[in-house]
Amino acid sequence: MNSLSRHRLFWPFLTLALLLAANAIFNPGFWQLQWRDGHLYGNVIDILNRAAPLALVALGMTLVIATRGIDISVGAVVAIAAAVAALMIGGELVVKNGVQTQVSRFPMGLAIVAALAVAALCGLWNGLLVAKVGMQPIIATLILMVAGRGVAQLLTGGQIITVYYAPFFFLGNGFLLGLPFAVFIAAAVWGVLHLLMTRTALGLFIQSIGINPAAARVAGLHERLITVCVYVFCGFAAGVAGLVISSNVKSADGNNAGMLMELDAILAVTLGGTALTGGRFSLAGSVLGALIIQTLTSTIYSIGVPPEINMVVKAAVVFVVMLLQSAEFRAALRGLVVRPAAGGAP
Amino acid sequence: MSLDAVVLEARGLTRRFTGVLALSGVDFRLRAGEVHALMGQNGAGKSTLIKVLTGVYPPDAGELRLRGEPIRPGSPAAAQRLGISTVYQEVNLCPNLSVAENIFAGRYPRKGATGAWRIDWQRMAAQSRALLARLNLDIDVTRLLSSYPVAVQQMVAIARALSVEARVLILDEPTSSLDEQEVERLFAVLRQLRGEGMAILFVTHFLEQMYAISDRITVLRNGERVGEYLAAELPPAALITAMVGRELSAAAGRNDSSAAPTGAAVLEARGVGRRGQLNPVDVTLHRGEVVGVGGLLGSGRTELARLLFGLDRSDSGELRIDGKAVRFDSPSTAIRHGLGMCPEERKHEGIIGDLSVRENIALALQARLGVWKVLSRARQQAIAERYVRTLGIVVADLDSPIALLSGGNQQKAVLARWLAIDPRLLILDEPTRGIDVAAKLEIMNEILALARGGLAVLFISSEMDEVVRVSDRILVLRDRSKVGELPGSSSEQAVYHLIAAGA
Repeated sequence: MNSLSRHRLFWPFLTLALLLAANAIFNPGFWQLQWRDGHLYGNVIDILNRAAPLALVALGMTLVIATRGIDISVGAVVAIAAAVAALMIGGELVVKNGVQTQVSRFPMGLAIVAALAVAALCGLWNGLLVAKVGMQPIIATLILMVAGRGVAQLLTGGQIITVYYAPFFFLGNGFLLGLPFAVFIAAAVWGVLHLLMTRTALGLFIQSIGINPAAARVAGLHERLITVCVYVFCGFAAGVAGLVISSNVKSADGNNAGMLMELDAILAVTLGGTALTGGRFSLAGSVLGALIIQTLTSTIYSIGVPPEINMVVKAAVVFVVMLLQSAEFRAALRGLVVRPAAGGAP
Repeated sequence: MSLDAVVLEARGLTRRFTGVLALSGVDFRLRAGEVHALMGQNGAGKSTLIKVLTGVYPPDAGELRLRGEPIRPGSPAAAQRLGISTVYQEVNLCPNLSVAENIFAGRYPRKGATGAWRIDWQRMAAQSRALLARLNLDIDVTRLLSSYPVAVQQMVAIARALSVEARVLILDEPTSSLDEQEVERLFAVLRQLRGEGMAILFVTHFLEQMYAISDRITVLRNGERVGEYLAAELPPAALITAMVGRELSAAAGRNDSSAAPTGAAVLEARGVGRRGQLNPVDVTLHRGEVVGVGGLLGSGRTELARLLFGLDRSDSGELRIDGKAVRFDSPSTAIRHGLGMCPEERKHEGIIGDLSVRENIALALQARLGVWKVLSRARQQAIAERYVRTLGIVVADLDSPIALLSGGNQQKAVLARWLAIDPRLLILDEPTRGIDVAAKLEIMNEILALARGGLAVLFISSEMDEVVRVSDRILVLRDRSKVGELPGSSSEQAVYHLIAAGA
């Protein structure tokens, strides 16, 4: 038990388990799964599906934070990627030889590649500002956070662009082997990233840079190149999330897509046990963090917290979770509980 | 008050830090209208003395007198109110404030009665201009401090020190970030202030500069005062003997070793330098040779190491590895050519604190292999175990963070990191600093053993006896220039002579 509780993922896991248990108490049908039309339905599946975009963004954010950085532009990048994809796909109903078919403006593959390329380009911009120009990450990415939202609105003309092209909807609404396709996307990105971090030296390099950039440079690491790559990946991951989100709602909204997602992503990374000071990081922890946030959101809705106070409830729960995850706070708490006993009988 | 009057006097100052005697019964006298240099090696007690004089540390014993009156400043602010102003080594002003705000920080002139809340910006600017005019500086005092070069910032720091009716001005290494012309300008100001009767205490590592400006010298060694001398009566060689503490006999020079280079040249640097850091230097390192670098702090030792390793880019000269011209634009390029370097600041540039000992040792090799050819955990373990054994690193668990090791063991681990890449040339900048005597000896012996195995070593240390002991050849630096080379059999005194010559 002791070694278990010392595992770095113990507290995130416990938090998620407690949240799920609370759900089960308030909603006896919480764990029920239904098999309909070859798809699984249920609260848990729903949470997995909705957590997928956040998990994607959080994975990219984890690496950025591991290098002592932060990327607060990911929400804007989500909106840009969504806008590019929606614009390029568009879609309309055409009657050909008496058969109705949906036609996209550009081939869907091209649209997806373009959207991801633009997202990666956004990451490159951030990375160059941080690593080459030497700006503080929060300021460097603040530029794109503000300007990127403008770019997305420019692309969508300030309107919500609706997509009429069914194949695109598969990304955010489709099912594979009974599970939502978005879950597979997030799992695939996580899997590839995990392999990159464990089967190549990238994980060691990123940690070294995060812990001591000067020493990493002396040891021969290309610390700037690696930092740029990390920001590029973060942009790319936000782009994938943008595709999933726009596919899910069948539209792109430059004003609101990915709004405040950067904060949820940072929260997910932190809940997962990666310190904002950089260095040691945990991809699994960030995925758990994303699940915790989504479970919490679902819980708040399902137990009927009035919408006007649900942000406050969410904030309160996050605050408590953060405190419980802090070893210092737990020690202080233990001290409070233990001290009267140690002081002898009254 | 005659110009020769003693302004500030210290008697029997003693200060201890956790059992170590940093100052031991030091007497010190500073007179009006003189520039007084405080000289000594690292750890001699110069900083401690200044900090006691300026109220940073209270003395454990002894007394301070200002114009005959006993004083006991409890803080730098209190010392300043008494008229003792200090300009520290690093310009500690606020770059994001204007020049005038910096000069009057905390003491902004107010409109109307003193204590009124409205700041009198006009008066502040006018007074700042007047103060700077005294230093022959005519600049826009409303611009940000950061918009001016370091030399001007240094002047602003002095202006701030003068703005409080100072009678004593203490300058701790004021020239370390200035170029020659800027130093000359600073000295002109100091001469002027001296003419006005200011008592100036000046700490520097640059002998030449010290002789150019000082009237009197107090030498400290191991926390004790060696003596007070008139600068004109203390030649450089005698000063160095006083600082080092040994009458270094010329007989210590052995003539048994011809110190001929044993192997082919690994690295040749011709006129490698960088403006403001190191004047062009020639160095050649041969296989199996230890080349020591002799020089005082600030002589350009570390700058040389950084240029050779590609940490800073040289703006002159050329570098050859095995006779082929190369350019190092980053350490990784240097490492590809077989170089390794243990940097001076072990905590800041050496160890990666939160990583395990194993990962720290494997890091440079992994960096050279690149991202894709990953060293398995078992390989890392094998490499780490090998060097833990050969270097005698004391560590219970190779997976524990390196930050938990003692300084000596950390240094050995950094050394192991470079040995793991099988280097041809190792640059060691202060490899024995801050570690205990036993570890020091082990590291020195290891360096000699490595050189016998064909490694070329550039050895930098502020402890001259180490340099003399391990080196086949000694490159002597002074004031950011190479002043000569000596054979390895030279005595410490010969090195110091060369450093002092011409000063």
